[in-house]
Amino acid sequence: MPRRGAITAFLTAVGVVLLINFKTPSQQGLAAFNRQTVTAAQPSGGSTSAAGSSPPQPSATPQPSASSASGSQTFTGPAISYFFGTAQVQVILQNGRITDVIALQLPTEGRSGFISQQVEPMLRSEVLSAQSAQINLISGATYTSDAYAQSLQAALDQAHA
Amino acid sequence: MTVASGHLRVEQIMGTAIGIEVRDAVVPAGAVEDAFAYLRRADAQFSTYRPDSEVSRLSRGELTLNDCSLELRQVLTLAEQLRIDSRGQFDVRRHRADGRLDPSGIVKGWVVEEAAWILDAAGARNYAINAGGDILVRGEPEPGQPWRVGIRHPLDVEAVAHVLELRGGAVATSGTYERGEHISNPLTARAPQDWLSLTVVGPSLAYADAYATAGFAMGHDGLAWVNRHHGYRAYGMAGDSAAVHWIEGGYKE
Repeated sequence: MPRRGAITAFLTAVGVVLLINFKTPSQQGLAAFNRQTVTAAQPSGGSTSAAGSSPPQPSATPQPSASSASGSQTFTGPAISYFFGTAQVQVILQNGRITDVIALQLPTEGRSGFISQQVEPMLRSEVLSAQSAQINLISGATYTSDAYAQSLQAALDQAHA
Repeated sequence: MTVASGHLRVEQIMGTAIGIEVRDAVVPAGAVEDAFAYLRRADAQFSTYRPDSEVSRLSRGELTLNDCSLELRQVLTLAEQLRIDSRGQFDVRRHRADGRLDPSGIVKGWVVEEAAWILDAAGARNYAINAGGDILVRGEPEPGQPWRVGIRHPLDVEAVAHVLELRGGAVATSGTYERGEHISNPLTARAPQDWLSLTVVGPSLAYADAYATAGFAMGHDGLAWVNRHHGYRAYGMAGDSAAVHWIEGGYKE
């Protein structure tokens, strides 16, 4: 997943603190949820995602919560089906702060099939900015992807639960 | 609380990601927090997804226009002005199958401008707000440097097709991909004279956003229509997977 690698590289190399805050309306009612505690495989410091490795696979059953406040935690939202396919989002927190957002599942039929990620465009624009040092922001039409947003929201709800 | 220079903060609000990046050497205390607090309040007020929002209650007839807040009446007045101006191409009631009110097409830009004024009033002078691809910038990211705003390639989510340089103002883009059309399929590709995407640059994000929506729907004539508005310029992306062209419309004086 090259995008994820780019985001990781950006977070690592540039060291910009990316503060992602979020609201947690529980109206989505999405109870299905997997929670994993990330172990020592996580690099410390500015980078919190496992660069170069394959994305963590969502487990079929919830993992027991054994995370400490100082460690990295990974929360995986449910796979949400929608018109183009399935979206599933994972968030990584460190010390209670989101440090990465990873799309575990996106439709594979063409990049134009799924172009409306709610968070990734923001991250990607910063990635591009860091890589080129020439672009600060990206303007583009957003097509609201409820599936992505729902999976992300469920992950965030769980993180704040 | 002072946030160090260059930091970006992103929140999920209004169904999209909104990022605020203040590049002043010293960020005014609480400014970004206040701006986000306003955005969250506005979301609760204007959301069409929340049954208890003011917009939802108005839409169900539980409120009359006279019962509504000044903010909502201002938004609806602006929407009506744009409906007339665009000869119906921008209409907050027409885009929903059930005919219910959906001012979300104009609320985002309007609300982001309000948030920008909160930053202005707090003393912020160099900042950018990116609300799901709709952008408002002030000042400069670095002394002497303009904000460089990339325009997303309409057929390639990973690519930037053009770059605009701004020291203040708003950028809004409307495109086929916004509607979920499978535009890489040649059978469903739009006619060549239509735009793959249309970008509007101008002083107000609320207007730029509405002009981009209406101008895009107008097709070929959209550039000239947008350019009739003082201070606003439209740019179209046309072409196919082989090549995409950035087209600056001529003024229609």
